[in-house]
Amino acid sequence: MTEDGYNFAYLDEQTKRMIRRAILKAVAIPGYQVPFGSREMPLPYGWGTGGIQVTASIIGRDDTLKVIDQGADDTVNAVSIRKFFARTAGVATTERTEDATIVQTRHRIPETPLAAGQILVYQVPIPEPLRWLEPREAETRKMHALEEYGAMHVRLYEDIARFGHIATSYDYPVRVNGRYLARPSPIPKFDNPKMDRLPALQLFGAGREKRIYAIPPHTEVRSLDFDDHPFEVQTWDEACAFCGAADSFLDEIVTDDRGGRLFVCSDTDYCGKRRAAGHTGSATRDPERGGA
Amino acid sequence: MYVAVKGGEKAIEASHRLLDAVRRGDPSVPEISTRQISEQLGLAVDRAMAEGSLYDRELAALAIKQARGDIIEAVFLLRAYRTTLPRLGNSEPVDTGRMTIRRRISATFKDIPGGQILGPTYDYTHRLLDFRLAGEGEAGGEGSVPEERTDPPSDEPMPRVADLLGREGLMEEDEDPVADEGPPTDITREPLRFPADRDARLQALARGDEGFLLALGYSTQRGFSNTHPFAGEIRYGAVAVEIVPEELGFPVEIGEIEVTEVEMVNQFKGSASAPPQFTRGYGLVFGHQERKAMSMALVDRALRAAELDEAAASPAQDEEFVLYHSDNVEASGFVQHLKLPHYVDFQSELELLRKLRAELEDAPAEAAE
Repeated sequence: MTEDGYNFAYLDEQTKRMIRRAILKAVAIPGYQVPFGSREMPLPYGWGTGGIQVTASIIGRDDTLKVIDQGADDTVNAVSIRKFFARTAGVATTERTEDATIVQTRHRIPETPLAAGQILVYQVPIPEPLRWLEPREAETRKMHALEEYGAMHVRLYEDIARFGHIATSYDYPVRVNGRYLARPSPIPKFDNPKMDRLPALQLFGAGREKRIYAIPPHTEVRSLDFDDHPFEVQTWDEACAFCGAADSFLDEIVTDDRGGRLFVCSDTDYCGKRRAAGHTGSATRDPERGGA
Repeated sequence: MYVAVKGGEKAIEASHRLLDAVRRGDPSVPEISTRQISEQLGLAVDRAMAEGSLYDRELAALAIKQARGDIIEAVFLLRAYRTTLPRLGNSEPVDTGRMTIRRRISATFKDIPGGQILGPTYDYTHRLLDFRLAGEGEAGGEGSVPEERTDPPSDEPMPRVADLLGREGLMEEDEDPVADEGPPTDITREPLRFPADRDARLQALARGDEGFLLALGYSTQRGFSNTHPFAGEIRYGAVAVEIVPEELGFPVEIGEIEVTEVEMVNQFKGSASAPPQFTRGYGLVFGHQERKAMSMALVDRALRAAELDEAAASPAQDEEFVLYHSDNVEASGFVQHLKLPHYVDFQSELELLRKLRAELEDAPAEAAE
């Protein structure tokens, strides 16, 4: 059932066409930030308005939508956005990554590998990778045009000089198709390798900043690094306390005020599927430690 | 755990119900009507309309009621509604010279053609709480409120003060709005680009946050770019809005809006390309909002630094700084998005910090060996 008085998926068709044109341009120039006439949405800026506009422009009646925030389907903002599309577009929604045709995400890439034909829509707060180095848009656009990315390498080098390694743990800058420097949105760098040559289309929407960019399927995405300091991802000594996964991004849950900690999968769909398949973790094996 | 627990959906619904109850307040107190808000909180309605970029008193009053008086939330509601409205066309430029004047003052000349008209203003009131207003209804209350007794608002054309100076050549030429080909920029349809044209800038300022512009305008008076302003003219009243329907080919009046217009007259010592003369800063806002219109005019003038070959070192002169941060719906959303869960990023930072600390603790030991 869709909301009366509004067009399918909220945006009017003219606006969707404008956004689709921006998306096509973005796909044609991988990693390049395309300015677009971002609309005011009934959800606040910074809460996914860019991703929502991209999703609204590409979604059709036959699509199945999955929305995650922090990897989870049931976090409050993911619930709110999923409900928005259920109300305004009446499309089917799912929590199963492999069943979704469109996955809108904030801060994570699902652990289940995405396949050709799927579209991953990222919500992006700040699209400009050079923003902390240069606050002015007029300047950063020039730097992109001239492929002037030395400042970013210097910043990473300064980390190495100071700490012995690069001290950026999320929103880790990438080079798309050997040309444009791009922000992967604030996903942990753990997820960066998943972006490389992904068979699914990756679309990035920044509503407040009014930019759209894209990574077409099978495009090379390199996380910046140095020959003697290759890119590394986070690792944990623990495995998921619920499903025992040792290959997923783990959230730390504080269980008491005496230093008690539990590590669990951030991707709730991945964790649930593993448990359904009979995998167990420390908390699910040992009833004394308690479970969910 | 407020996340990662099933039931987020139920929690949100419960929260909305609670919000409805809190908004209504004590049910034994009569409900406020949007008409009361529109009539008796008129300046709040003006502000919501201006920053919401939607001239509709009834909707603005509704938004204020729904937002429990939080004007920025009301602005957000209006903006989200406005974005769904079809764009039928562009109006002709409004002619404020033909405004039906309710108030009009100049601080630069003692008398001006058309006269100084004080109109309704708080300016010369003593800010003493009027306890008569605290009484309720018939028992106490305001008693008999004087009828609005003035000469009918003047609709004689009144020349603008800045134009009087223009005739003497002491004021820079005004840009001719019609000379600029094509429809004006609309930043609600196209993203801002820099350097921004003046029409984009004025639109951004007109819908910008009053508090932000007030502080920036104030900063220009305190030495962060001194533009030596005089209030050339402040006028408030109703102007006709006209459109030219394609099939008719001549302008047709479709309604009236109330606006406040401010022209600041600023000193200018001249540059390589221009003689010493007065320069303009312009402010135009929906409704009766002199504080906002004056701030807008100060900031508009400060932002003309590059155009006038002035050194631009202050925040108010920095186009990207001002225009990217003046929108309170954008600002409010992004500041408050910090309430959303960030635990994946936080976890990444935590892991990094632990690693850095562990390395730091190991380091001196190694050095000692």
